[in-house]
Amino acid sequence: MSRLRRSMLFVPGNNPGMMSDAHIYGSDALMFDLEDSVAMREKDAARLLVYHALKTIHYGDCEKVVRVNPLSTPYGKADIEAMVAAGVEVIRLPKTESAQDICDTEYEIERAEKKLGIPVGQTRMMAAIEGALGVINAYAIATASKRLIGIALGAEDYCANMKTNRSREGSELFYARSAIVVAARAAGVDALDTVFSDVNDEEQLVRETEAVKQLGFDGKSVINPRQIKPVHRVFTPTKAEIQKALRILAASREAEQKGSGVVSLNGKMVDRPVVLRAERCIELAKASRVVFEGEDL
Amino acid sequence: MDSKYISEVSHIMHIKSSAAAGTMESGDILIEIEPSEKQDVEVILKSSVANEFGKQIVKTIQGAVTAYGLEYATVNAVDKGALDCTIRARVIAACQRATGTDAFDWRREE
Repeated sequence: MSRLRRSMLFVPGNNPGMMSDAHIYGSDALMFDLEDSVAMREKDAARLLVYHALKTIHYGDCEKVVRVNPLSTPYGKADIEAMVAAGVEVIRLPKTESAQDICDTEYEIERAEKKLGIPVGQTRMMAAIEGALGVINAYAIATASKRLIGIALGAEDYCANMKTNRSREGSELFYARSAIVVAARAAGVDALDTVFSDVNDEEQLVRETEAVKQLGFDGKSVINPRQIKPVHRVFTPTKAEIQKALRILAASREAEQKGSGVVSLNGKMVDRPVVLRAERCIELAKASRVVFEGEDL
Repeated sequence: MDSKYISEVSHIMHIKSSAAAGTMESGDILIEIEPSEKQDVEVILKSSVANEFGKQIVKTIQGAVTAYGLEYATVNAVDKGALDCTIRARVIAACQRATGTDAFDWRREE
């Protein structure tokens, strides 16, 4: 199974206090931000700070992602070279509108890898889609580079671009979320949802996370460590789901041993997609290190 | 000073104007760098952990300044519990601003 990306914690790139212990909260990924959370006159300092932190601090199993400034700004190229040199795992491109944006960024990443003697292709990419044009081009973006591990929705800029605002129930994001998750699945990359801004409203965070999980998303960006556990709870299979999946897989194995093309459980026929979903459930449970007494995954 | 983090410079840099980098937030360090009449890198440190880590902090600051290519400078530092990697990053940012250059040789880890 691909890497778990249930949660990606935003870490402002010019805040060393938050950067030094960001990994202790248990998010699957950390996203150091050089873009919107950093003032224009601090771009140079933030780049140096993230570079030195990545080279020094051991962030454990957390996937290290850096959101760089767009190449259309004076900071984009330097951000990319510094982060490639620092050995970041994933470079996140903001405000992606077309496949060309991905190609241009990949060109700069490759140039930096060659210059620094780093194996070409080692640095992965993800793209944040934050506008109507990006949503329209989601599949082209998701398939523009083999380096891409996922595409994400950035809702604040998207809503501004759509001349609307974010509501509690998120109806304004329904089309963008659907388009992004379908594009991601068609391209074979992960789909990551936008942040939920009200850190004091855990109930709505859980509701929103359940809704995006139901759409097919792999995970969600979080802006506060307090949001990690609720998001993980939603994305981790429950005991009942795991037990059902195990029964389905056992029935599938039994049918295979008998040479039967039809899988049945409790007298009901089990379709192939149901078996695939059961496999996915167990993979997710294993990756989430879920352990229940008496269960052998 | 661990040389793998900071590139060796091939020429001597000069301070064009005083400059600062960093903040007084917890976990950070505020670095102010200015020209010096003295023939060395003088560090004036304020830190709540000066008794225990003062020498190490001063050594890290001096190492980062000289590795950047500055031979003479006065550095005022207000430490708020910064890690070594933060100190190096803030010193280099202040040096870049003081010398009016953003030249930095990003290197992969050896």
